[in-house]
Amino acid sequence: MYIIVVGAGKVGWNLARELLEKEHEVTVIESNRRRYLTVEQELEHNVSYGDASELWVLERAGIERADMVIAVTGDDEDNMLICQVAREKYEVERIIARVNNPRNKPHFDLLGIKPSVSATDLILRLLEHEVPEYGLVHLLDLQEEQLEIIEMLLGKDSGVTGRRVGDLEMPEGSLLISVLRNGKGFVPVADTVLEVGDEVLAVLDPGHEELLKTMFGPASGGNGTGNDG
Amino acid sequence: MFILIVGCGRVGSSVARAMLREGHEVSCLDEDPESHARLEVGLDKGWEDLGGQFTVGAGLETDALVAAGIEKADAFIASTDGDNTNIIIAQIAQRRYEVPTVIARILDPLRAEWYERQGMHTVCPTRVAIDMLESAVREGAPREASDGAPSEAS
Repeated sequence: MYIIVVGAGKVGWNLARELLEKEHEVTVIESNRRRYLTVEQELEHNVSYGDASELWVLERAGIERADMVIAVTGDDEDNMLICQVAREKYEVERIIARVNNPRNKPHFDLLGIKPSVSATDLILRLLEHEVPEYGLVHLLDLQEEQLEIIEMLLGKDSGVTGRRVGDLEMPEGSLLISVLRNGKGFVPVADTVLEVGDEVLAVLDPGHEELLKTMFGPASGGNGTGNDG
Repeated sequence: MFILIVGCGRVGSSVARAMLREGHEVSCLDEDPESHARLEVGLDKGWEDLGGQFTVGAGLETDALVAAGIEKADAFIASTDGDNTNIIIAQIAQRRYEVPTVIARILDPLRAEWYERQGMHTVCPTRVAIDMLESAVREGAPREASDGAPSEAS
């Protein structure tokens, strides 16, 4: 694939490096002269100097034949504009935009720029993932369908381990869709008994995350602060 | 009419004063609190005393747009110093708040031309300058075939 990455900050640079390793053709566009010169020492001809919100700069980088444009500058307006012209003017099939300020996310959605990725959101999700025991990982948003899919790891003191799936009072608008146990996945039935260490996937209406978190988290409303006296 | 102007630089503030003078309701939004002073250049009373409104905030901040009155605006002018900002907030005004008249100032002729073709009402000062310069040069007289001393002009 031919991929144009806009912005050679930490994100753009590392992304370019990874993509090149995977043998894609990559051009990184950077508007800061100093940054460009730094990155150019490593990426050489794969980096181009200029302001990618200028259409001729995009054209010089060959946007007309690009399969994908990834805008990861530190400026949300720039990322939105670049993705908008990439898709609507140059008919680039795939775009990815970085959202710097999560409060701007609705603007990306309004302009139909998706997927848009917010590092803050990702870090929050990572935090959820890394916090041991009752982590809840947000896997997927099905925005059109108004659903999301989350993953929960059942810890030692989860309130649902040892119980039959059929006995769980799942909140309305939520459903367990699979259980990962010892490296294998299966679709739970009413008689499935949940075990410590199970990773459970659930599909749910947005907004039910907290309910599920409470339900699959530590039992007896415990706060999990290690108060095991 | 209620007119919301985002970006209160030389252009925005002049348009704001002119519209206020014509009897419109005018609200200005700018990130820089100091730009309020620019609004009052040449006025004998304060901006608010004359009925103007001024809000500090960025054009991408929904809260600031609402505080500045975008929901009741009849016209929206995007005249910040950033082309991309103007292009994006003009679309927000149009699509999200359904402001009937939306105008974006875009300095880059290429971007202005493309967005104009997409149906955005744009004003491109650079294009105007280019056209004026071109016609000024065309209209200029060539140097007279000199038959004597060069002109006296110093």
